[in-house]
Amino acid sequence: MKHTISVLVENHFGVLAHVAGLFSARGFNIDSLAVGETEDPTVSRMTIIAQGDDRTIEQITKQLNKLIDVIKVQDLTEEEKISRELVLIKAQTGAQNRSEVLQIVNTFRAKVVDVNPHSITVEVTGNEEKIDAILELLRPFGIKEVVRTGTIALSRKSELNLKGPKEAPEAKVEKPEKKITGKKK
Amino acid sequence: MELTGAQIMVESLKQEKVEAIFGLPGGVILPTFDVLYDSGLRFILVRHEQGASHMADGYARATGRPGVCMVTSGPGATNTVTGLATAYMDSVPMVCITGQVATTVIGSDAFQEADTIGITRSVTKHNYLVKEVRDLARIVKEAFYIASTGRPGPVLIDFPVDVSRAKTEFVYPKEVSIRGYKPTLAGHPKQIEKAAEMILEAKRPVLYVGGGCIASGAAAELTEFARKTGIPVTTTVLGLGSFPETDPLSLRMLGMHGTHYANYSVQGSDLLIAVGARFDDRVTGKVSLFAPKARIIHIDIDPSSISKTIPVHCPIVGDVKHILRALTGRVKKLEIGEWTAQIEEWKKKHPLKYDPSGDVVRQQYVIDKIGELTNHEAVVTTGVGQHQMWTAQWYRFQNPRSMITSGGLGTMGYGFPAAIGAKIGRPKETVFCIDGDGSFQMTLTELATAVYYKIPVKVVIMDNAHHGMVRQWQELFYNRRYSGSELGPSNPDFSKLAQAYGALGIRVEKKAEVVPALEKALQCDGPVVLHMVVAKEDNVYPMVPTGHALDQVMDMA
Repeated sequence: MKHTISVLVENHFGVLAHVAGLFSARGFNIDSLAVGETEDPTVSRMTIIAQGDDRTIEQITKQLNKLIDVIKVQDLTEEEKISRELVLIKAQTGAQNRSEVLQIVNTFRAKVVDVNPHSITVEVTGNEEKIDAILELLRPFGIKEVVRTGTIALSRKSELNLKGPKEAPEAKVEKPEKKITGKKK
Repeated sequence: MELTGAQIMVESLKQEKVEAIFGLPGGVILPTFDVLYDSGLRFILVRHEQGASHMADGYARATGRPGVCMVTSGPGATNTVTGLATAYMDSVPMVCITGQVATTVIGSDAFQEADTIGITRSVTKHNYLVKEVRDLARIVKEAFYIASTGRPGPVLIDFPVDVSRAKTEFVYPKEVSIRGYKPTLAGHPKQIEKAAEMILEAKRPVLYVGGGCIASGAAAELTEFARKTGIPVTTTVLGLGSFPETDPLSLRMLGMHGTHYANYSVQGSDLLIAVGARFDDRVTGKVSLFAPKARIIHIDIDPSSISKTIPVHCPIVGDVKHILRALTGRVKKLEIGEWTAQIEEWKKKHPLKYDPSGDVVRQQYVIDKIGELTNHEAVVTTGVGQHQMWTAQWYRFQNPRSMITSGGLGTMGYGFPAAIGAKIGRPKETVFCIDGDGSFQMTLTELATAVYYKIPVKVVIMDNAHHGMVRQWQELFYNRRYSGSELGPSNPDFSKLAQAYGALGIRVEKKAEVVPALEKALQCDGPVVLHMVVAKEDNVYPMVPTGHALDQVMDMA
């Protein structure tokens, strides 16, 4: 299952390598990772999309929490959230099919950012499904190049409190308990 | 007053009350070594930087205080990597200071440049590159704090030469505040309550104790808890010494080379209380068959250890000492007579044993005798392999911080430098290094260090002319095809080698010579090397082969 993990980190040199290194060292796969400064310039937010069963994701969040430069980790998968990705698509177009492509672009409320005689480049923002859908529709025309930012996400709930401790381990302890007794019954 | 980075580094080490620095100088760390020269801090010059990192580790395990090593950039730093990885796997507090080329040339493949931060990222608890001299004092303060709190571990400070020359006002911070690092100490009260209930209900409980108990300084609390409840105690190799092995409640070590009765007890238990242990594969055997009837309470300071390999029923995140104290107040003597009778029967039926016949020197015999002659109270370090497992089985440890061994990484060559570090940390105690011929030859250059600084460690080399554990596996699982495991013809006479370095060297070839040689070693006030020529093809039993359940034990005929 795909998980959306939001990580607040110190805005230091080397932190990205630390986080990325953790994933590779433990054999976890990252689908996408987007980083940028937050409202507080000393803090960056990483949005990580990773695949894994509950146990793998639990390990990932625990291991992330262990990193000294990680301030807070939140699994947004089950949360109400806003998530967006931006993609630039360079599609092959000539005079004959340009209007057809533009129709698709309009339907998706995408933006044309560059046109030349042989191709058109569009900018699309949305959640992952929307982006996958427009890619699917443009594929028959021939896609020359694609670049995606990776998903960024924010919880709809109130902002993460920077001053508080990392997600308290106590908050998690009930979880495995429930699972096991469930199984044994 | 303004100080240079080098002066700040040395002053900061003094503020941290560092007793000894293990290391070796080189180009870019010279400004710091220049300050060290007349600083009054004790410096131990090693012969190879791996030795420095193991000495710092041995010092830390013996004392509980962070060990410190200081080396130069490039090869100096890369040579410490094995030592860092060893300390990281076994949660040992260490601060490693590496020189680095000037910030202006980092990344240009300068002379003796290595990406130390990148290389050591996965073998340290945290690492720092000091880019500005004004950050230095805070970084050193944080490094010692991070290394020695929570789940301890090695922290590396990469220190560029230009930063060591730059000047700033020196103020050593009084407190540390790292918003991303706040270890939990007191366990969650509800979980402790629940654990106490589980303990009071148990009919066949076992305590399974790891290195976390020693790191937390909780041996006394564990002993009190075990004696109050009457719950038998088994330990991992790193947990040895947290509970006296001569106590009737002791089941000795569990796992691949654990006792029959420890392993049977775990497999038969209805409640397993894991205390600062992490369910290593050498402990669990086949995970799916581990402790099949048991509910598990897991006390650990590291939340990521919990349910990592084995799902547990009652996790308690926090410091072992705090939690054991809280639990002891909530429990009473358990009525588990049937269970302890069963365990007694296993103990009688399956004691640890070896073949005592003949004139040949057996490692088990030597270790047994070292135990007797030191009243089981020496500090013992080991290399890795058969001699390590026999030490764990036959020494009968009484005190915490007395078994110093590379359990997680399994680093051959660890024992001898670790013994030097341990002796420097605890000069009044007898320190033995029980080593293998293979292990010893990986770091024997430190004989020069031991002789130069007159560090009276007693090295016992079990020379079976092989990488013994490898040979054992090849005998049992690879049709006796001894590929790459024979050392015999190339081994030197280690006693003569020791003499060449200026240490006392004694060669022992017969069983009758063992005790007199050990007595001589104990009387000697300098470093000693006892070259024990031991049985070549002896195997460590009991043994649970990889992929088997803990109660599927192989033993000698």
